[in-house]
Amino acid sequence: MTKAATQPKNFGFGEDENALKNLALKFFQDNFSAGNLHDLVASDSDSRRSRECRWDRAMWQQIVDLGWLMTAVPERAGGLGMSAAAVAGLVEEVGRAAFPCPLLPTLGVTYILDACGNEPADAVLARIAEGEAFSYASCNQYGSWSDSESELKVEHGKLNGSVYFVQEAQKVDGFLVNAKLNGEVALYAVPAKIAGLSVNPDAIVDLTRDQATLEFSDVDIAQCQLVATADAVLSALSAATPAMLVILSADMCGAAEWQLQTTAEYARTRQQFDRAIGFFQAVKHPLVEFMVEIDQARSLLYNAACAIDFEPEMAGQYARMAKAVANDAVGFGSRKSVQLHGGIGFTWECYIHLYLKRQLHSQVLLGDASYQRARLAELVLAS
Amino acid sequence: MTAPATNSATKDKAKRDTPEQAEFRRMAREWLSHNNPPLPNFKPIKSGVEMVTEEQRDYYCGWQKSAYDAGLIACDYPVEFGGGGRNRCQSVANQEMALAKTPVFAGAIGLGMAAATIFHHGSDALKQSILPKLFSGEELWCQGFSEPGSGSDLASVQTFARREGNKWIINGHKVWTSTAQFATWMILLARTDKTDKYNGLSYFVVPIKSQLGKTVTVRPLIKITGEAGFNEVIFDDLEVEDSFLLGEVGQGWQVAMTTLLHERGAGEMPGAAAGGQKAKDATATSSEFPLLGLAKRSYRNGKPVVEDAQVLDQIMKLLTRSVGIKQNRRLRGVPTLANTQRLALQDKLLGTDYMQNLAATALEIEGMSSTLTHEDSKAPDLGRWPMAYLSSFGGTIAGGTNEIQKNILGERVLGLAKTK
Repeated sequence: MTKAATQPKNFGFGEDENALKNLALKFFQDNFSAGNLHDLVASDSDSRRSRECRWDRAMWQQIVDLGWLMTAVPERAGGLGMSAAAVAGLVEEVGRAAFPCPLLPTLGVTYILDACGNEPADAVLARIAEGEAFSYASCNQYGSWSDSESELKVEHGKLNGSVYFVQEAQKVDGFLVNAKLNGEVALYAVPAKIAGLSVNPDAIVDLTRDQATLEFSDVDIAQCQLVATADAVLSALSAATPAMLVILSADMCGAAEWQLQTTAEYARTRQQFDRAIGFFQAVKHPLVEFMVEIDQARSLLYNAACAIDFEPEMAGQYARMAKAVANDAVGFGSRKSVQLHGGIGFTWECYIHLYLKRQLHSQVLLGDASYQRARLAELVLAS
Repeated sequence: MTAPATNSATKDKAKRDTPEQAEFRRMAREWLSHNNPPLPNFKPIKSGVEMVTEEQRDYYCGWQKSAYDAGLIACDYPVEFGGGGRNRCQSVANQEMALAKTPVFAGAIGLGMAAATIFHHGSDALKQSILPKLFSGEELWCQGFSEPGSGSDLASVQTFARREGNKWIINGHKVWTSTAQFATWMILLARTDKTDKYNGLSYFVVPIKSQLGKTVTVRPLIKITGEAGFNEVIFDDLEVEDSFLLGEVGQGWQVAMTTLLHERGAGEMPGAAAGGQKAKDATATSSEFPLLGLAKRSYRNGKPVVEDAQVLDQIMKLLTRSVGIKQNRRLRGVPTLANTQRLALQDKLLGTDYMQNLAATALEIEGMSSTLTHEDSKAPDLGRWPMAYLSSFGGTIAGGTNEIQKNILGERVLGLAKTK
């Protein structure tokens, strides 16, 4: 009962946090419409289109110049050291715009490095503060989220093996790699451009992201930065997991609100049987149900973000809740957003599919809803 | 969360008190520290509309009378109508009563719905004769809106009021009338013109108790649980004076809408929402999620429930929802982050749906034991879950069904075309 009282009532959204969120909202309203997104990533509908990475590097540079990449970097490493609530608010707007960029994975790496809390990790954080983007690479071919499993090995000074489903791999400057060293896990910061590393792009459904399989073949470990080993890796990953779930959920909530508003607008204007289709309860009620679930997801999102800042012992549970509900909300809502657009929703020219595909991708990242609830059950039953 | 939040919230509000409010707050707090009644021998109810037994009526009417005499009810109403004649002190009284965890008031319908309607639409003579006893709880009220043929489509009511000289003759049948068995008065929505659905309605205050056995019949309506709770009320040539009409003839729908605003929680309820007394054991466990303990103790299909991944998943969904509903209310207080009305309108839908799912899941957890009622000593959790499940439909149906709630949300928040 008293636990929640340690969180501020406004979820930690004061002047700075609101200003950042509003700035991001305005930035995308002014510079990046859904039409711009479609032109950027969906100009080619051929499923055999090249796997070249489609993104607006110049606009990303503007974002870096605005300081968004350093929001979560602690002040000791030259960053802004903003709260998880502030970052969640920012990412919500990035999700609303479905803007293709390496912000999410870089934030994830930022939280891991911050939790490492040592000089080598801070040195990498300083590079992020200066504008370098990173992605965390640890997934095996079976899609495991386990912090202690890795198919990468460091032996005799060389890094070998493959890592799968690495996010925004073509957009980043480096990877934070989870590899086995003497049978224990170790985290290395590896430059993207290094001899022996091939970044093999996956052909993916989501047009707003890129993903790759990384193959390491005798990569010289001396050119990589070791940031943590063994138990320090596990505790850093466990400390950073709530924040990683929170920023992903924030992206999903922002994108979901776009889906809701766009579909509601269609239901207000599209006429059939001499009425706007929103008149019919078969259209009206699913839209309301989507809205209710989005608001549940957002409420849980801010609660989890605020817990990271003020109530860390509960952050793990709250973040699992946030991701699970975000998943359920967009699983239902994305489907309805296409269905309620009717025939036009089934076409490539309608923007709605870009968000459906982004959400499908987000839903499986870091584990689906039942996976989150299984982890939640472990935490709850243990406490 | 609730106790400390209320405490600090009240402190914040106290800082902004006007001199009159500050003085009144001191007075109220002092009085409450001596006069808050002990817990009753029965399980405390959450609202006056839940009163069923005479024991309950006597307890809650007694409390209302003493609170009224102390000036905690109708503080802002004019003195000539039985009020306290103060300025913005009712909210202070409500805060202090919530803090003191006082009992609820017997006159929930009177205070929450009838008072404001009568005050806005009644003649001075009617207000002077009716309001003081409404405030004190000496006379209780019930609400005559729904009928067997008019539920969600409330404007279709058929109870008819026929004008004869200076009087109205009323015939018809009202249902779901909570506390009608105790009520002296009813607020009534009746048809005065059969040719115009919305402009053919008028709004009356009618006597119940004085006409029982003559032109008014009150019968208990037995709920799905087997318990009495509501009533049905039948009018057979009931006569009322013209001064008991509130608003103009044909304006009943507009008047009723102001009443419904109070029912749906959008308006400030003078006094009726105050209180917050709970049974001792309920206070201790209210923050705890009830299904975890049950799951740890229960077997289902011959196996411990905690080994059943599918049921565990469902339990986690509900645990998440219980937190989500609390956070939704919290987010409502942060207008820079969210549309407050959008969230507020979801509250009834979320809460009632949650209660139903919670009970349904409890039945799943209990497996074969869920077949046992509270009358059977082998029933887990004293047999509360089958009853809770059955009762939960009261929540999802009453006060505007959840389907109607979705219409309201779609229309008011998403701007979709009105269903009707």
